[in-house]
Amino acid sequence: MAREKEKRNSQAAEIWRRFRKNRTAVIGLVILILIVGMALFADLIVPYSKCIEQVGADRLQGPSLEHFFGTDELGRDLFARVVHGSRYSLFIGVATSLMALVIGAILGASAGYFGGMVDNIICRIVDIFLCVPPILLSLAVVAALGSNMQNLIIAITVSCIPGNVRLIRSVVLTVAEQEYVEAAKSYGTSNARIIFRYVLPNAMGPIIVNTTMAISDMILSAAGLSFIGMGIQPPSPEWGALLSNAQTYLFSAPYMLVFPGIFIVLSSLAFNLVGDGLTDALDPKLKD
Amino acid sequence: MSRYVIKRLLYMIPVLLGVAFLVFTILSLTPGDPGTIILGITADPEDIAALNAEFGYDQPFLIRFFNYIKDIVLHFDLGNSYQSRQPVIDDIMARFPNTLTLAVLSMAVSSIIGISLGIFSAVRQYSVADHICVVVALVFASIPGFWLGLMLLLLFSLRLGWLPSFGASSLKHFILPTLTVSMTSAAGLLRLTRSAMLETIRQEYIRTAKAKGASGRRIIWKHALRNALLPVVTTLGTSFGASLGGAIIAETVFAMPGMGTLITTAIRQKDIPMVMGATLFLAVLFSLVILVVDILYAFIDPRIRVKYQNGGKKRG
Repeated sequence: MAREKEKRNSQAAEIWRRFRKNRTAVIGLVILILIVGMALFADLIVPYSKCIEQVGADRLQGPSLEHFFGTDELGRDLFARVVHGSRYSLFIGVATSLMALVIGAILGASAGYFGGMVDNIICRIVDIFLCVPPILLSLAVVAALGSNMQNLIIAITVSCIPGNVRLIRSVVLTVAEQEYVEAAKSYGTSNARIIFRYVLPNAMGPIIVNTTMAISDMILSAAGLSFIGMGIQPPSPEWGALLSNAQTYLFSAPYMLVFPGIFIVLSSLAFNLVGDGLTDALDPKLKD
Repeated sequence: MSRYVIKRLLYMIPVLLGVAFLVFTILSLTPGDPGTIILGITADPEDIAALNAEFGYDQPFLIRFFNYIKDIVLHFDLGNSYQSRQPVIDDIMARFPNTLTLAVLSMAVSSIIGISLGIFSAVRQYSVADHICVVVALVFASIPGFWLGLMLLLLFSLRLGWLPSFGASSLKHFILPTLTVSMTSAAGLLRLTRSAMLETIRQEYIRTAKAKGASGRRIIWKHALRNALLPVVTTLGTSFGASLGGAIIAETVFAMPGMGTLITTAIRQKDIPMVMGATLFLAVLFSLVILVVDILYAFIDPRIRVKYQNGGKKRG
């Protein structure tokens, strides 16, 4: 047991050593830590009351020392709104990717491991889902259920699952052919145990990378859907909703457009950079 | 080969039915019946019932689905709008050309930029230019299309006044939306082409060509490129889907009368038949594009051709 732990530590250390060498990945990690910190400590940075406080005299003011990112049409401080908005984007990005991962892993691993009939049924259903462009799938879900945060999360998760199933199935197919799986089978190990103990851990590399990158995509999708009014509704300070609102004041207050956008780009970029770095760090064979 | 094509075409029938069933089921989860949605809850129950009968809503779910498919197949009829009570296909046909133009233009632009820069980047791996390409591609992949669109709008329409900011009446109106949609997909294509190219360069037949003394340029153009582009071709279908999705959002930014604005307006008005018709229309189009790409791929890649010549083995 102790030996296994040590081995795991040294493996983690090795991954970290390789990751560290990649300068852009480290930059991504730093941005990521800053943004996550901003979301976690939003209340310490600026109280939530500043998000909703309307100062009539300060309508549509450009950036200043008092209002770093300016104010909106109701005189609300945009810096506070952007800071608190990070909670929505990050939460949605992480929650949807993890949910899609769990569902995708269960379906994909079963399809890849059992093969035959199970595989056939799952694959045919996935084929059908993949024939609907993700955004259309999300829009259909929102149309049926209504637009709010919970439904947005369902809508985006649904659109992300089919791709995950396919990826995890193909990774599992490769792993399931390995000799150690054959060995485990010959001992009479249960299927569930083989999948969770042997197959999935060994298929983890591509899955982790894919999930990291998926968070970035999910952040963009959530912002996009909120932007067209099909996601989180104003007055919530979600970044896409802020941009949707800013569109009205494109000419008189362009700064309203700039800051939420920069934060969407930064958080999405951070996950992409980290994912890219992990690709190389987790599997040196894949390195180009 | 014809066997493969026929097989794929036949497989398309259950897939398209499945897609229709999926879209139909999701949208049938909408609470409320057409009568209540159109007339409101305070309306006379008899009027509501009459309206429900008009929309065939008095039938059970599976019968409704069957009728829906029957109307599509026999009359190319996607049902009537709750709002106008007119066939939704008319609205779809009026808007669809704009979305298609935008998606096709974007795909063309993103393929040209993405594939050529991807090759360039791979050929000069680890050079400064390669690093710039890779980083810029990552940044563009992280920019939401609609935000890029808004920024372009701000610069080229409002500040410089060079290009129109809304509408779809001339090709000029398509320049900014096309840029908006294509940049994100170009970034993805660049990364994909680059890694496919790098992988191909490391293959043994490339080493053989080098050993035979073929020039660097000949190796790239004659040997590497043809093989490297194969995985890129397979993703063209997906990339069309991405352009379609991008177009749907970009239409909102540029107030363009297209399928995206049609669907979002319909969602706001709870016009379910419109949402269903438009979604299904685009999904079927997308499935057909994937099919065409798959078949083309089989024509391009001799390995797949051979595989299907002798009796046709199933692909994993």
